[in-house]
Amino acid sequence: MERAVTSGARIGDRPRPKKNYLNETRGFKSWALTVDHKRIGIMYLVGTLCAFLLGGIFALLVRLTLLTPAHKIFGLQVTAETYNRFFTLHGAVMVFLFIIPSIPGSLTNFVLPLMLGAKDVAFPRLNLASFYLWIVGAVMAVSSMIIGAVDTGWTFYTPYSTTTSGTVTLMTAAVFVLGFSSIFTGLNFIATVHKLRAPGMGWFDMPLFVWGMYSTALIQVLATPVLGITLVLLMLERVFQIGIFDSRIGGDPVLFQHFFWFYSHPAVYIMILPGMAIISELIPTFSRKTIFGYRAIAYASVSLALVSFIVWGHHMFVAGQSQLATVVFSALTFLVAIPSGVKVFNWLCTMYQGNISLETPMLYAISFLMLFAIGGLTGIFLGTLSTDVHLTDTYFVVAHFHYVMMGSTVTAFIGGLYYWWPKMTGRMYSEKWGQVSAVIWFIGFNATFLPQFILGSRGMPRRYYNYLDQFQPLHVFSTVGSWIIGLSLFMSAAVLLASLRKPADAPDNPWGGTTLEWQTSSPPITHNFEDQPVLENEPYDYRPKAVTH
Amino acid sequence: MDWLRAWMMPPQGSEFAKEIDFVYMALFWMSVLLFLMIAIPSVYFAWRYRYKPGRVTPHQTHNTTLEVIWTVGPLLLCVGIFFWGLNGWMKYSVAPGESMEISVTAKQWLWQFEYPDGSRTINDIHVPVNKPVKFTMTSEDVLHDFYVPDMRVKHDIIPGRYTQIWFTPTVLGPHNFTCAEYCGKDHSGMKGNLTVDNDADFAKWMETGGTEWEDYFNGKDPKKTPADWGKITYERVGCNSCHTTDGTKSKGPSWKGVYGSMVQLNNGTSVLADEAYIRESMMQPQAKVVKGFDPIMPTFQGLLKPNQANGLVAYIESLK
Amino acid sequence: MSTTLPDIHSHGGHDEHGEHNPYHQHHFATMEQQFDTSKLGMWLFLVTEILLFGGLFVGFGLMQHRYPQQFIEAHEHLKQDIFGRPFPLYGTINTLVLLISSWTMVMGVNAAQTDQKKKTVRYLVLTILLACVFLGIKYVEYSHKFHDGLLPGIFYAHQSEDLIKGTHGYATFFAFYFMMTGLHGIHVLVGIGLLSWLVMRARRGDFSSAYYTPVDLVGLYWHIVDMIWIYLFPLYYLIS
Repeated sequence: MERAVTSGARIGDRPRPKKNYLNETRGFKSWALTVDHKRIGIMYLVGTLCAFLLGGIFALLVRLTLLTPAHKIFGLQVTAETYNRFFTLHGAVMVFLFIIPSIPGSLTNFVLPLMLGAKDVAFPRLNLASFYLWIVGAVMAVSSMIIGAVDTGWTFYTPYSTTTSGTVTLMTAAVFVLGFSSIFTGLNFIATVHKLRAPGMGWFDMPLFVWGMYSTALIQVLATPVLGITLVLLMLERVFQIGIFDSRIGGDPVLFQHFFWFYSHPAVYIMILPGMAIISELIPTFSRKTIFGYRAIAYASVSLALVSFIVWGHHMFVAGQSQLATVVFSALTFLVAIPSGVKVFNWLCTMYQGNISLETPMLYAISFLMLFAIGGLTGIFLGTLSTDVHLTDTYFVVAHFHYVMMGSTVTAFIGGLYYWWPKMTGRMYSEKWGQVSAVIWFIGFNATFLPQFILGSRGMPRRYYNYLDQFQPLHVFSTVGSWIIGLSLFMSAAVLLASLRKPADAPDNPWGGTTLEWQTSSPPITHNFEDQPVLENEPYDYRPKAVTH
Repeated sequence: MDWLRAWMMPPQGSEFAKEIDFVYMALFWMSVLLFLMIAIPSVYFAWRYRYKPGRVTPHQTHNTTLEVIWTVGPLLLCVGIFFWGLNGWMKYSVAPGESMEISVTAKQWLWQFEYPDGSRTINDIHVPVNKPVKFTMTSEDVLHDFYVPDMRVKHDIIPGRYTQIWFTPTVLGPHNFTCAEYCGKDHSGMKGNLTVDNDADFAKWMETGGTEWEDYFNGKDPKKTPADWGKITYERVGCNSCHTTDGTKSKGPSWKGVYGSMVQLNNGTSVLADEAYIRESMMQPQAKVVKGFDPIMPTFQGLLKPNQANGLVAYIESLK
Repeated sequence: MSTTLPDIHSHGGHDEHGEHNPYHQHHFATMEQQFDTSKLGMWLFLVTEILLFGGLFVGFGLMQHRYPQQFIEAHEHLKQDIFGRPFPLYGTINTLVLLISSWTMVMGVNAAQTDQKKKTVRYLVLTILLACVFLGIKYVEYSHKFHDGLLPGIFYAHQSEDLIKGTHGYATFFAFYFMMTGLHGIHVLVGIGLLSWLVMRARRGDFSSAYYTPVDLVGLYWHIVDMIWIYLFPLYYLIS
């Protein structure tokens, strides 16, 4: 396909340097002991995508189990216990091993220092430690599945989680370790943003991706420790019965939910803010127009991060918190809508009068706009007290958070992967097949999760193995949708991997982006830039100007 | 548009349901509208401003008026929705004083209900139409959640605590209830029937002492004898806290071998322990107190259903 | 990595005096920037520490609200009989020990900053000794609790008449007591490890006025560990 040429400033392609971060050193050790943020980013990418595959297999198994009331997969009977393990492992793997670490660990690790014009993150060894903690956590989590499996749901609610058999302790220990991996990543990014910006780059000259990831990092550092201590208490409760969550010895099971959601609600923003951050890059680049409302989007990111800390109780409207708390949390929850709306409208205005080309990343970005709109708007149903009582703990909630976590964050992640792939690997992929994958993704996603809103509003509770016969048609629809999603992801994998077979062909700046990562070669040299870049323009300046090289 | 509501929501079994559905549908149409406000421009712009080589885009950095509009507009909308939701929820959260109170004990994986008169049922409740019913709920093991979709009510059930919900059923006939908080293996099997009766049917149903009798043995062994029912009653009503069935002495005399024997009383006389004596001991326990025991037994007049009393007599008879 | 590649930036790899500092990492322009960044990172880490304990403080507060009477009664068992009056002897001594150790830490950092190698080592060793005294007293205190059966959850086995086994609240109090002081103790233990590492490096002569970042950062860590104790002490030993 003919490539669009930017109308804005474009750095002329220099001859490709012989040495880049991929071939500068070779061998297993040169990767295993690297402190280069780009290599760590690539390793994180491989790791989290493997987790995505594992979580995706569990998702397909969940959907296959629910295809018919007979619960048979290729003739094999799936029991209720097995099904409960499927959805637990799907949730735990996707949340803790994939969505939370994926965009920060892989894409951000790779591009954030480049965008800032830095040579590396602030603490390269801590960055590597973060990756190894992720590995340790992943090994622990996977071994807990192999030696016994967990059936508590990814939320580990007490007292079920402290009394059920299975390897809950090992799984929670894994999540504890993963939490520290997340803290280290966040801490690293905050310090990098504060201290390693290129000369001349003020706070409001940073790309919005950096703002989004900075907000994410704030949450990672401030919320994750509480999850850590909660999981320690859970493990002690389970192993020693110390009596903090167990009502039989004077504890309070609802206290666990408060602790858990104090982390896990902000964690929802650890998942969605990076998605928004990527979209803030894709839309101006492919609209070839400056971002509309730069400061509004930057402030919206930070305010989402802050608001995320005071809304955890909206997970517990019917869970036994005080009525006053319920009312207050409902009111605060509506605050989330404001910055989210601000971002969406600003993105739309960026497209207005743009010069829009629909390469693969942009198709994912437009999908994001629609899927996030649905995810956000259905959140209003759940924030509204009277309707939440009916809808909470049903498939409506399942559909809602999949629209936000998957329809938005994963869509943005795939879009971002396509966007930065040429920079990471030096190779262009098949544009046509990339675009096809995006369209299939959009269709498959809606086919899977739109029916689940109806299932939920009609009263089907979540985490249900058996369902009433009247729900079967919608379940069939949803299961078929999951296969379409699988097809799209398989295509994306094929498209991207196929590009690795050919020699490096990507130009330095294939999309005409204006942020600093496009000013170095594709793939970048080990130290990122030949010369320390100095920022001269505001970000996203697409006004025509004399080409300097 | 009623068909749409009927397709998206369960049948409406209460006044709540109507109110909540109204809010739901309003939010639904508002969401459709807002979704179109986002989806249509994004598609339209992508087509209208599609890529043309060399076209220069305007440098629009921001517009304060627009920013204020789409910050304040949604904020006002949200404040409105919050109060609307709060209004509906407040009605739901406080039960009227005259409600009939049913105790709910949830455990893996069944529901026990106890009516104000002490009769109990499992996984099956009848309630009178157009009268408020309040459920006071607790759990014996893990978290559960009592969810009646047709009534649009739901609340978690927490071990060591009591939580409440209430509703006023308005539609006769069967409705489902189900567990909505994950509780382990048979979480999805933890469900039952709620039947809304008219006053006459409800009174009749109450008269029989709930359906536990039929329910308990249903499908297992319909030929269970009244003595089996008596044994259950013995444990349920609490006879076992003072009376043993193996001959050992407790606060009250053991039931073993009592039936048909001559019983020495504390006034020096003796009496034949026949059915009449046993019934009298249940209803007027102070009338004839067995020698060597304190007159501490409370009366069960009005507490025992005819079925239960019959069952107890049969059970004691079976312990000869 | 910086050793395998030619230094491409004229301003990189050298401190203000123009000499190459062996501890200068390649991705920082100046030593000053490196120091500031490390310090920021440490502060962020300390924030996570405070939040880690913060969760426990909140949990303690909620449970105290639930069992106010039982918590007060249980508090009394953290005190010792001094001249016929209950007094938190162990807690008070430990507070003093930690406060003094904070001072020796400050002196150690100061000595490192001013190129006084011997003094640095001396103060760091002193700090380690004080930390060990703290843990020793903690050990004595814990063994009394074990002896009395004042333990968390199902291990609670106190036999006397005042804190009756089976009453909800006592076991919860001791669950939090052991969790919070235990976690703090682990931090002291980690601190001893870090200080020993500093002593080793200081003896080797790693630190000077041009590079004393590790001493400074461990100092910050040590002060936070002390500060957490300053909050634990009134929470457990003084309130009645």
